Amino acid sequence: MDFFLTLVQVLDSTIRLATPLLLACLAGLYSERAGIFDIGLEGKMLMAAFFSAAVAAVTGSVWLGLLAGIAASLVLSALHGFASITFRGNQLISGVAINFLASGMTVLIAQSWFKQGGRTPSLFGEGRFESAEFPYAIGPEDAELTGRPVSELMSETNALHLAYSELLSGHSILVYVAFLMVPLTWWILFRTRFGLRLRAVGENPAAVDTAGVSVVGLRYAAVAICGVLCGIAGAYLATALQAGFVKEMTAGRGFIALAALIFAKWRPWHAMWACLLFGLLQAVALRFQNIDLGGVVIPVQVMDALPYILTVVILAGFVGKAIPPRAGGEPYVKER
Amino acid sequence: MTVPAIELKGISKAFGPVQANKDISISVAPGTIHGIIGENGAGKSTLMSILYGFYKADKGEIWINGQKTDIPDSQAAIASGIGMVFQHFKLVENFTVLENIVLGAEDGGLLAPSLAKARKELKALEEEYELFVDPDKRIDEIGVGMQQRVEILKALYRKAEILILDEPTGVLTPAEADQLFRILDRLRSEGKTIIVITHKLREIMENTDTVSVMRRGEMTATVKTADTNPQELAELMVGRKVLLQVDKVPAQPGKPVLEIENLSVTDSAGVERVKGIDLSVRAGEIVGIAGVAGNGQSELLEVLGGMRPGQGSIKLNGERLAMHGPGSDGQARRAQGVAHVPEDRQREGLIMDFYAWENVAFGYHRDPAYKRGLFMDNAALRADTEAKIEKFDVRPPNGWLTAKSFSGGNQQKIVVAREIERNPDLLLVGQPTRGVDIGAIEFIHKQIVALRDQGKAILLVSVELEEIFSLSDRIAVMFDGHIMGERLPAETDEKELGLLMAGVAGEAA
Repeated sequence: MDFFLTLVQVLDSTIRLATPLLLACLAGLYSERAGIFDIGLEGKMLMAAFFSAAVAAVTGSVWLGLLAGIAASLVLSALHGFASITFRGNQLISGVAINFLASGMTVLIAQSWFKQGGRTPSLFGEGRFESAEFPYAIGPEDAELTGRPVSELMSETNALHLAYSELLSGHSILVYVAFLMVPLTWWILFRTRFGLRLRAVGENPAAVDTAGVSVVGLRYAAVAICGVLCGIAGAYLATALQAGFVKEMTAGRGFIALAALIFAKWRPWHAMWACLLFGLLQAVALRFQNIDLGGVVIPVQVMDALPYILTVVILAGFVGKAIPPRAGGEPYVKER
Repeated sequence: MTVPAIELKGISKAFGPVQANKDISISVAPGTIHGIIGENGAGKSTLMSILYGFYKADKGEIWINGQKTDIPDSQAAIASGIGMVFQHFKLVENFTVLENIVLGAEDGGLLAPSLAKARKELKALEEEYELFVDPDKRIDEIGVGMQQRVEILKALYRKAEILILDEPTGVLTPAEADQLFRILDRLRSEGKTIIVITHKLREIMENTDTVSVMRRGEMTATVKTADTNPQELAELMVGRKVLLQVDKVPAQPGKPVLEIENLSVTDSAGVERVKGIDLSVRAGEIVGIAGVAGNGQSELLEVLGGMRPGQGSIKLNGERLAMHGPGSDGQARRAQGVAHVPEDRQREGLIMDFYAWENVAFGYHRDPAYKRGLFMDNAALRADTEAKIEKFDVRPPNGWLTAKSFSGGNQQKIVVAREIERNPDLLLVGQPTRGVDIGAIEFIHKQIVALRDQGKAILLVSVELEEIFSLSDRIAVMFDGHIMGERLPAETDEKELGLLMAGVAGEAA
């Protein structure tokens, strides 16, 4: 039972940690399927994390915070769109600029507004996303009623009930949003007119243009969707996973999301599994800090670095041939 | 008199300082096939792109079926019943045929009903025009001929009454081209109006009702096809008398220069491209390799030119050449006496952002004549370039222009000058006149024949049968990595070669 409890707890934490990756990964999927490479996922998330935490701290409303995060991310998306769609600039450089901009701006504004060393005040109550409790699941309410801690109640119940309470129930609403985005994205991409055109514009924009559809319009739409999803991802980090913004809190998640996107070969369901895998790695690293392997202690730093190391290994060795959308990264210019 | 299907009045269009179209007026009768012929850069494609809403004309009017029509974008062109089949197909390669046809002409937000409807209409169209395709095949699984049908079906699905085809036969075998013109004939008999842009005189003569000739952005003539002849059309295109047939004396072949035995080439994906061929080229002889692009000719040239490794034996003047490792690269080949005019001059023959005089050095940049101590003797190199520019009539005659600022024909002259002037024992020539205008073709052909008459061996690869016929002293046909047979030009015709190119074996050569 102990082992099972640990397993369930690790998986629970996997879901929490995979959520921001999944949102960012799907964000990248829309953008890259439309032919706009976006390495600015990280920056957009960071900016959204800061503005959502800041607005939630000031207004006391996490929903206003979420909107502010989405708006901040959309502004950066628009910037990326201007640079790479309207002015046909280099998409990688624009993305790098966005990452630098977010990294510096967030700390600067945080210091200027809150004077707490580049962080926002801690969020509590309405300022954070609460966990949703499913019926019959063990949660804080039961703990209050019985006067015993949740963990004790958990360890006493049967396996099925435990898994239900830990894995399905007890997450913030944004987690459910993220996982519902997977089938929705699949459906949009492969079952709707918009999806067909989106995929076409990433493969051969000339085909879309000669068919009388606006390449620029489609690409802006994709970049905007990317901005909204990154905004949700950032808000989740600062207002649900943690309680407030701290400097560089995205910690490379935007890049891991990109890795997951390549690993998934730009397909929604595969993206979910890839993000869960990376989430699992992070959860394991968090849970098992110092592992003693018969006298040799693996230091905590190694465990912390593990997800990043495995990202490199997986990308280098296990992806096989990942063919990106054919027109990806290239500005569309009508040929003479 | 019937109302013209299309009437263009006074169309002008400039790209920066270049006047692509100058005050062009043309009228196309409904239910006819109208050819537009002209050299590269004459402004044919620009004119048609204006008609399809891809560019906006600076001046002029478009009248469709007697109505003045504004065509600001492709959507408007489609709405006016105009469909266009571009030279480079505008298809999404990893989509199915059906998805490509539906793209941009869907009936609602959801795909399934659109696809179902398209499938039904496609069936009807196929039967009406005998245009058969498998709607569920992906574009990258079907051949170019099939892809072109998809483009035509795309236009018909959008209810096009006027169909524009830009250089439609460039990628087709002769048999596929014949089939295309049968389809167009059928469309014409159903009342569609068809405009074909081409630079091939034969196609114009055989298939069109009317022909318009363009030269340097202007419309020089519109005549009934029945009232003209190829010679007259060529003169109208170029603006002077042109020799359509290369003027050459019979070959005086000497000893074998190039002997290929059992040569095989495997590409980087592990596919065998050349499958054990034997071939020889003698001194003072031009051997032409005919075939549809992609049947191993490119790989053959690349092995000979030192651009990729191969297995088997190549002998030059009786000495075996290395096929991989040291002595097998392009630099070594040039030292061994093999010059190479590669098939894709813009990717393999030139560096487009470098000056003409820098391009003249490539492959020969270690020549002592260009060396001064540790450095390049750029002055000597530039003087050499001046001489080559003058001898090969490169226009504009300025070595300080980057390669990309020359026209296709003049770019090719730079490459040909660089290779021929080295006086090689063997000259490899790939697609020497692809995208080159008639005037420059004539010049380049003359230079190749002149080299032959100096007793050099020449191996020519071309997908243009006309070129193969007019230059070659002996013709070998490649299909699927094999040589299907060798023929003498006087003893064969396009039909026989076309069959060999399609893999139908003739009697053993």
